[in-house]
Amino acid sequence: MKDFLTDAVQTLVTFLQGLGQLGLFFVSLLVYSPRTLVRRPQLVMRQVYNSGAMSLTIILTCGLFVGMVLGLQGFDTLQRFGAEEALGTFAALSLVKELGPVLTALLFAGRAGTALASEIGLMRATDQLAAMEMMAVDPIRRVVIPRFLGGVISMPFLAAIFNMVAIFGAYLVGVSFMGVDEGSFWSQMYANVAVADINQGIIKSVVFGVVASLLAVFEGYNSVPTAEGVGRATTRTVVITAIVVLIMDYMLTAALIG
Amino acid sequence: MSEPRHEVPERDSPSCTESKVGEPDKAIVEIQDVAFTRGATRIFDGLNIRIPRGKITAVMGPSGTGKTTLLRLMTGQLTPDRGQILVEGKDVHSMSRTELYAMRRKMGMLFQNGALLTDLDVFENVAFPLREHTNLPERLIRHIVLTKLHAVGLRGTWRMMPSALSGGMARRVAMARAMATDPEIIIYDEPLGGLDPISMGVILRLIKRLNDALNITTIVVSHDVQEIASIADCSYLISNGKVIASGKPDELRENANPIVQQFMTGMADGPVPFHYPGPDYSEQLLGGSSE
Repeated sequence: MKDFLTDAVQTLVTFLQGLGQLGLFFVSLLVYSPRTLVRRPQLVMRQVYNSGAMSLTIILTCGLFVGMVLGLQGFDTLQRFGAEEALGTFAALSLVKELGPVLTALLFAGRAGTALASEIGLMRATDQLAAMEMMAVDPIRRVVIPRFLGGVISMPFLAAIFNMVAIFGAYLVGVSFMGVDEGSFWSQMYANVAVADINQGIIKSVVFGVVASLLAVFEGYNSVPTAEGVGRATTRTVVITAIVVLIMDYMLTAALIG
Repeated sequence: MSEPRHEVPERDSPSCTESKVGEPDKAIVEIQDVAFTRGATRIFDGLNIRIPRGKITAVMGPSGTGKTTLLRLMTGQLTPDRGQILVEGKDVHSMSRTELYAMRRKMGMLFQNGALLTDLDVFENVAFPLREHTNLPERLIRHIVLTKLHAVGLRGTWRMMPSALSGGMARRVAMARAMATDPEIIIYDEPLGGLDPISMGVILRLIKRLNDALNITTIVVSHDVQEIASIADCSYLISNGKVIASGKPDELRENANPIVQQFMTGMADGPVPFHYPGPDYSEQLLGGSSE
């Protein structure tokens, strides 16, 4: 029992230390980010390409099929109530407010987050970060912040693209395959999706962008400089991001719905 | 668990920092009574080293004696538990971050594996410190980079990526990068490790030539005794956290200390045991347990 308590306390202390370390790391990113954005925009744009443009394939593919599944399931459920004309509203609200930001964040963590964590971890393992330090170049400003900002900027755009493709997927299934009236599909969506709903999605995608990018660069930067350490950091990035995104999704939804 | 230890007499002779007339050369780096512990292992305990200006100083010792750790202490990447490290008279570990970075701009360091930035080609790797610290026009950067690459014989590789270079070539490119800002001190961490004899000879000649031509201070950390001794003006031999011998390479070869002799002649067994301490061999073989 005593051993169990000692272990529990030790685990709690380690967790709090990690949390504190993450907090300080985040503060340092916030402090230096504006300067990097203004003085070195080309570094940030390169990372927008790496994190954003390079994630387009997975976002487009997954978005299309998520939308098609929504179209099928939505039609199947709504027709029981004779409300299949509301399929457009159903798909748009589900995607814009919830599925778009959350699934984009999870896909981002799996594609760009792992790439960020392993890239920075390998830079540490191969002394590239130490070499920068020796050249009087701060790796936080030169390596970490551009990658962090690249992820933060990319995420809302990726979520918007995911939503558009997914709505098209729902349209394809609902209108083209299931025979839902095209006019009803679009007009009901236009009438029932408010700006506040879209804002909810935008806020979520920005917050998830910060969370996913922060966790990826933090795990990579603090990884143990071995092959095993980099692998572990990459895995932790995906697992922790998924957990934190889903927890924050509930909290944000509760706060935004009020 | 700590490293196996063996008792050795300490010798902190500053002989290699004295000129022929007995006047001490002005030291550019001074390591004074430094102690450093990592985990349960005491890496250094009362280490004293003086690096003379404008010479090639070799820091040698068996694997695991903390040679790379010493370089990281010297450059402010690690902080000692005790003692001082002075670079040009200033304590490295009481410097602010700005002062530390200003000091590092006067240094170039070659890491064991070259540590080239893998997302940049050879040209951009050498240009990296210039782009970060200066506002030189592109034409001048191009001129400097090609000059440095030419000096290490790799001008033709300027558009190659680091992954396409051999180990020896990567280190030569890293040398060009270390020289890019014309530093006063160049530090080499195991520059010869894993190289073929031709690459080894090329690197050795480059170290010597750069030191003489640019009149810089060179610090080489290595366990390649014969090769490094052939170019070093003075050498320090570290073991068990202390300097056990120092002097010109010939003086080290004539040193009577058994550890120095074992190291200089490359004997497998001696005061530094071949076998890591463990239970009796036959007992362990016959015991069958995992202990």
